[in-house]
Amino acid sequence: MADKLHFDLVSPERLLLSENVDMVTVPGKEGDFGVLAGHSPMMTTLRPGVINVDEAGKPQRRIFVRGGFAEVTPSGLTVLAEYTIPVEELDQARLDLEIGYAEEDVADAKSDDARLMAQEKLDHLKQMRHAL
Amino acid sequence: MASLKDLRNRIASVKATQKITKAMQMVAAAKLRRAQEAAEAARPYATRMDNVLANLAAGMAGRDDAPKLLAGTGNDLVHLVIVATADRGLCGGFNSSISRLAREHIYKLQRDGKTVKIVTVGRKGRDALKRLFGDKIVKSYEFTGIRSIGFAQAEEIAQAVLGMFEAGEFDVATIFFSKFVNVVTQVPTAQQLIPASVPAAGQGGVDLGGAVYDYEPDEAEILKDLLPRNLAVQIFKALLENVAGEFGAKMSAMDNATRNAGEMIKKLQITYNRSRQAMITKELIEIISGAEAL
Repeated sequence: MADKLHFDLVSPERLLLSENVDMVTVPGKEGDFGVLAGHSPMMTTLRPGVINVDEAGKPQRRIFVRGGFAEVTPSGLTVLAEYTIPVEELDQARLDLEIGYAEEDVADAKSDDARLMAQEKLDHLKQMRHAL
Repeated sequence: MASLKDLRNRIASVKATQKITKAMQMVAAAKLRRAQEAAEAARPYATRMDNVLANLAAGMAGRDDAPKLLAGTGNDLVHLVIVATADRGLCGGFNSSISRLAREHIYKLQRDGKTVKIVTVGRKGRDALKRLFGDKIVKSYEFTGIRSIGFAQAEEIAQAVLGMFEAGEFDVATIFFSKFVNVVTQVPTAQQLIPASVPAAGQGGVDLGGAVYDYEPDEAEILKDLLPRNLAVQIFKALLENVAGEFGAKMSAMDNATRNAGEMIKKLQITYNRSRQAMITKELIEIISGAEAL
């Protein structure tokens, strides 16, 4: 492996992670995408999902994030997430809570657009629970 | 003149008060350090958010389809005033200076014929504004039971404000809080939240080395997603500054109180010693003159 990717994970309360890694997979709004060093600049919003941090060819860390966005610049990848929790600490109860939120969102949605988005989120979460 | 016993009681009571103010000062100092750390830890997120927003907003400026949160509703009739203060008193002029600034702002808006709605955060602000503008307060938040303010609280407020905005209940939102400069200085500040005041682009921007950002989904979509988040971040920042300011103000207020109590004890002690001496002298004179009379 040539270069390392500088990866920052920031929550509103503090800087959670700032390290050099090989690859990070981010759950973007329009699909998961992997970021390696030298990725072209881009910006996307996040959907609830899991960030995978790979180092030395192996997945090192898995972190569940909800709400926020990711920014790739030549200096590295920055993920701003409103809520983060390591996957190891994520259990059935926690996921159920998240699904509960998502269901509320679907019920509260005012427009069809918003409902569609909330529904997508909900489906994704249900998939994750299934996978767990 | 107060009797010796009265003076003794008085000294004891002032000493007890001094112990309390001293303890409060030390508690405030410890909490201040924590609050400052929290404020500092929250900075990276806010800074990056600002950068991204600045980049995006520059592209959207002047476009007709710019989101309302950025461009405003086009009206300037109903103003929402968010007043963020502390829940507790005993911190000098901290709460009253925030409410004073808010009060003046509200009076000015009313003179200009605007409608004012008020949201208070923190018990002291509500108490201060209830008497004058009781009918205008639409919502009040208190965080007395919460150990330290987190992003969840800021988000709660932001959601409520957004809901009101989407329902067309106001045009402009301003938040009043105290900016933490240092331990002894807190500056009451007004900051406009809606329409969002966005820092000028190009400041602190990232050098892309000639490359162009790929947006996914497109810029407008991201902006629509980002602006509500930014509102929560701004409120969160204001709340954190407030917490730090509150403890800073409390620390210096309690420091003053402790010093004043010390001076008072000194004065009372002198009065006590003098009157005790006077009493002894008087008794001696009585004995001597009694003995001479025999």
